[in-house]
Amino acid sequence: MSNSALLKSSLAKKYWMSITGLFLILFLVGHLAGNIPLMFEINKDTAHGFNQYAKFMSENPLVQIVAWIVKIAIIFHAVDGVLLTMQNQKARPVKYKVENANANSSWFSRSMMPMGLLIFAFVTIHLVNFWAKMHYGDIPTYKMHGEEYTDLYTVVMKFFGKDDLAILWIAIYILGMVALSFHLIHGFASAFQSVGLRHKKYTPIIEKVGYAFAIIVPLIFALIPIVIHIRVNG
Amino acid sequence: MKLNLRIWRQDGPKDSGRFENYTAENVSPDESFLEMLDEVNEKLVAEGKDPVAFDHDCREGICGMCSMFINGEAHGPDRGVTTCQLHMRRFKDGDTITIEPWRAAAFPVIKDLVVDRTAFDRIIQAGGFVSVNTSGNTQDANSLPVPKADADKAFDAATCIGCGACVATCKNSSAMLFVSAKVSQLALLPQGKVERQERVLNMVEKMDEEGFGNCSNTGACEIECPKEISLDNIARMNREYLRASLSSEK
Amino acid sequence: MTKLDARIPEGPLKEKWTNHKNNIRLVNPANKRLIDVIVVGTGLAGGAAAASLAEMGYSVKAFCFQDSARRAHSIAAQGGINAAKNYQNDGDSVYRLFYDTVKGGDYRSREANVYRLAEVSANIIDQCVAQGVPFAREYGGLLDNRSFGGVQVQRTFYAKGQTGQQLLLGAYSALSRQVGKGKIQMLSRHEMMELVVVDGKARGIIARNLVTGEIQRHSAHAVLIASGGYGNVFYLSTNAMGSNGSAAWKIHKKGAYFANPCYTQIHPTCLPRTSEHQSKLTLMSESLRNDGRIWVPKKMEDVEAIRSGAKKPKDIPAEDRDYYLERRYPAFGNLVPRDVASRAAKERCDAGFGVNKTGEAVFLDFASAIERYGKEKAIQDGEDTNNMELVRKLGKEVVKAKYGNLFQMYEKITDDNPYETPMKIYPAVHYTMGGIWVDYNLMTTIPGCYALGEANFSDHGANRLGASALMQGLADGYFVIPYTVGDYLADDIRTGAIPTDSKEFDEAEKEVQDRINKLMSIQGSKSVDSLHRRLGKIMWEYCGMARNAEGLKTAISQIRELRNEFWSDVKIPGKADGLNPELEKALRVADFMELGELMCKDALERSESCGGHFREESQTEEGEAMRNDKDFTFVSAWEYTGDPSEAKLHKEELKYENIELKTRSYK
Repeated sequence: MSNSALLKSSLAKKYWMSITGLFLILFLVGHLAGNIPLMFEINKDTAHGFNQYAKFMSENPLVQIVAWIVKIAIIFHAVDGVLLTMQNQKARPVKYKVENANANSSWFSRSMMPMGLLIFAFVTIHLVNFWAKMHYGDIPTYKMHGEEYTDLYTVVMKFFGKDDLAILWIAIYILGMVALSFHLIHGFASAFQSVGLRHKKYTPIIEKVGYAFAIIVPLIFALIPIVIHIRVNG
Repeated sequence: MKLNLRIWRQDGPKDSGRFENYTAENVSPDESFLEMLDEVNEKLVAEGKDPVAFDHDCREGICGMCSMFINGEAHGPDRGVTTCQLHMRRFKDGDTITIEPWRAAAFPVIKDLVVDRTAFDRIIQAGGFVSVNTSGNTQDANSLPVPKADADKAFDAATCIGCGACVATCKNSSAMLFVSAKVSQLALLPQGKVERQERVLNMVEKMDEEGFGNCSNTGACEIECPKEISLDNIARMNREYLRASLSSEK
Repeated sequence: MTKLDARIPEGPLKEKWTNHKNNIRLVNPANKRLIDVIVVGTGLAGGAAAASLAEMGYSVKAFCFQDSARRAHSIAAQGGINAAKNYQNDGDSVYRLFYDTVKGGDYRSREANVYRLAEVSANIIDQCVAQGVPFAREYGGLLDNRSFGGVQVQRTFYAKGQTGQQLLLGAYSALSRQVGKGKIQMLSRHEMMELVVVDGKARGIIARNLVTGEIQRHSAHAVLIASGGYGNVFYLSTNAMGSNGSAAWKIHKKGAYFANPCYTQIHPTCLPRTSEHQSKLTLMSESLRNDGRIWVPKKMEDVEAIRSGAKKPKDIPAEDRDYYLERRYPAFGNLVPRDVASRAAKERCDAGFGVNKTGEAVFLDFASAIERYGKEKAIQDGEDTNNMELVRKLGKEVVKAKYGNLFQMYEKITDDNPYETPMKIYPAVHYTMGGIWVDYNLMTTIPGCYALGEANFSDHGANRLGASALMQGLADGYFVIPYTVGDYLADDIRTGAIPTDSKEFDEAEKEVQDRINKLMSIQGSKSVDSLHRRLGKIMWEYCGMARNAEGLKTAISQIRELRNEFWSDVKIPGKADGLNPELEKALRVADFMELGELMCKDALERSESCGGHFREESQTEEGEAMRNDKDFTFVSAWEYTGDPSEAKLHKEELKYENIELKTRSYK
């Protein structure tokens, strides 16, 4: 049976959920580090630095591999989540008429699926906004020291600063980050529990770190478009 | 005290069921919840009506037979108790109390508040034991020392009474706390370690087959468990299973 | 008078069991497969027996009325299990365990059986540890022991206050393993309704599926009754709500003699009754008597002040308290055996000194223990022992570590904090030493029908020592019946499956069906519970902690009247062809109405006091129980003749060859 155990069983699904989730958490850190410069003062150096980073990210073969793993991880995490939820729904065909769930569990822990769906929608929008433009869209380029760069920086500045819908985009991004935060508040520590990493000494630390991570990282992400908007227009 | 009761009535597994309203009068705060229901039933019998069917036996919180979802919580609002240990002083005059059966695909309703929990038995039959015959020729009980910490943890896991509150309360009707308690108890003791791989693989397979849901780590089971069995056990089962499925040759 | 043959093997006491095992007939493995065994009840005795027999190769059907085998009432035992392991090096031995058990039983048990029990006790611990039962351990990793009432060594193995649960789950896991292998067919939510006897041998049972109401026939070559005790005849007891005497009573009516039905154990430390609605009584472990002091006020005005709430127990100064156990039994004090402690509480309450509204409660006070432990701890920690606040705080911590879960349970039920105010306790029916008469092989007077565990009478005499019930249940199930049943079944290897279409099965099924139809057709005005409660009151009043001839006669006539009322005015709603808890209760109570009468008859016949049976006519000047060895050193085995009052008495003389009969004294 164990041939299929790592794919089919309920526990295995949670392992995959956990592994992909932890991997995506790592990705968030990298993604944040790469995008923080967007909040710096707008000038040529910042712009070129960011565009150099974008070029590295889209051309380095190792990064390409990682990028594909990220995409696969997102899809795997999402599909696995949907499968788990469907099974869970089936496990209780008749619902309780009165349920006092707040007495024994947090709203965050019970809302992983809706938050996940919001995040998935956000990621799709985000990819259409930038990744798709970068790869398939029409983005201005420039040359420096004999190398050609796409000017993603200007696209980002325009998108959050000057676009007719800039405010709407910013709102959507904030909403996306709120969903991410709620998802991580439970998801971070939960990922450790799912693979059995639980310990009297370390689990409380993991939980605190997770909580802090779930608030700080999405908060900084959410600040990026706001800061850009203010800098561009102010 | 006078209380309004909304009790789930269902004739059998196929019936769709409905709430019916009853009143309990002259309820003493010292009564247990089940004694209050006894009185309601006695009144129903006197009126020639069908009394409410509910499971109960020892009435001291150890047999695991009683099973009611009271005001949205398994075994009611108190912590660390079964329904039979819940006392009426927990409620106020005029309160409305809603009583439902455990709800899970794996626990079909037999009648009213009585559900079929034999799925738990089948999970134990799949591996919740040490394969040792009762020969009387086993080695001396003290020949294998067990660290006190392990023995205590094994005991804490072994206090599970199999009532099913974990399944009832889990939003996914998951049986992880129940299964992990038995897996943990035996994995912690040298006597159980021999079969640890087979055991966890077989029990989890059976659990999935019976139609229980997955674990979302909400922790609700731990809170509602009348024996306060810890999520540590689920983590331990997760480790055991990972280890077993990676190293098993099957 | 027929002579009862206990079939005790020849030879010296120490060698009887070994010799018997060596000479007993065996069934070879290939033949075991062809032999069916029915086990009724899945507690320690039944669960262990079903598992062991299936392991040996027999094909087993196990029945329990609960929804799972794991819920049998053995699960509620708190304190522990005795075994003569002598791990503590305090001089324990098989002989001492044997001696303590016979003495504790007030010299009314069968020597050979008790010795065998003591002999296999050590194996039980080995077996349970091998099964993964998590007994309490010391820091070195070895098993821990504690001591219990009535003995001078530490031989009790325990798992906190849940020893019964852990042992039962051990037996349940062994049983589950065999169910998984297909060797046991487990029928939960099934209740045995009748024994089927073919050609004088037990050949099957009629059972009712409690979910569908279906009446079923099950045949077998042997039937094992492990259905527990009949304490619920008193309505209020520490037994589970479903615990019943019906299986035992049914086989009694088919020819099995019922032995010593009047021997009931009243446990001294239970929670008192609070109201008329009370459905059961809760036991607080006997271990509490190690540190709790039992008292009532000396002055009647204090009693009244406490009842009215004008005074708190704390307000009564030490000189106005009557620590009656310490006063009457200075040597054993609060640790006298259960029967003695219970009677002493009743004596005080009867004299009017009961401390709650019903007048049926005494105090169990931990204040002294808290101070004593607190001082010890303060000395250890180098704190000021005169700082009483600190001392009490430290003391409470020590007491909490020892009895925390019990104190918590008490507070949940009563809403009183036992760290601050004494517990209120009162004796309650707990265990029945009497039961179906069995020989050394545990076979009843019906060939092929066996009785195990609390359902039989064999090992505890007139009083059971703490932590011995678990020992007996497992000994019978794991280590006795697997051998002894073979001796009988060796004749059945060529019999083949027993057909269920015989006239005996037809008749038995019809009897059951008729009884159910009769009950359902009465449609009177009284609920089963109300009649059961009345039966319980009669039993408690006249056949409880103290009995006398006049009261017992009154009880017999009242029970007979009540039984008539039951059969003409009980009301059972619903239908018989589905889940109907009222019908289940009615069927059980109907049997209690007969069994209660036999208990009174037996109590009347035995005009001596012994163990749990206290006849007011037979006491010393100081009010202590007085045995009459000259006239009553026998087991009363009753044969059913159509009416409990007409039951015929058979006596099995008890011979004490290894122990000298003495007066039990705890002064």
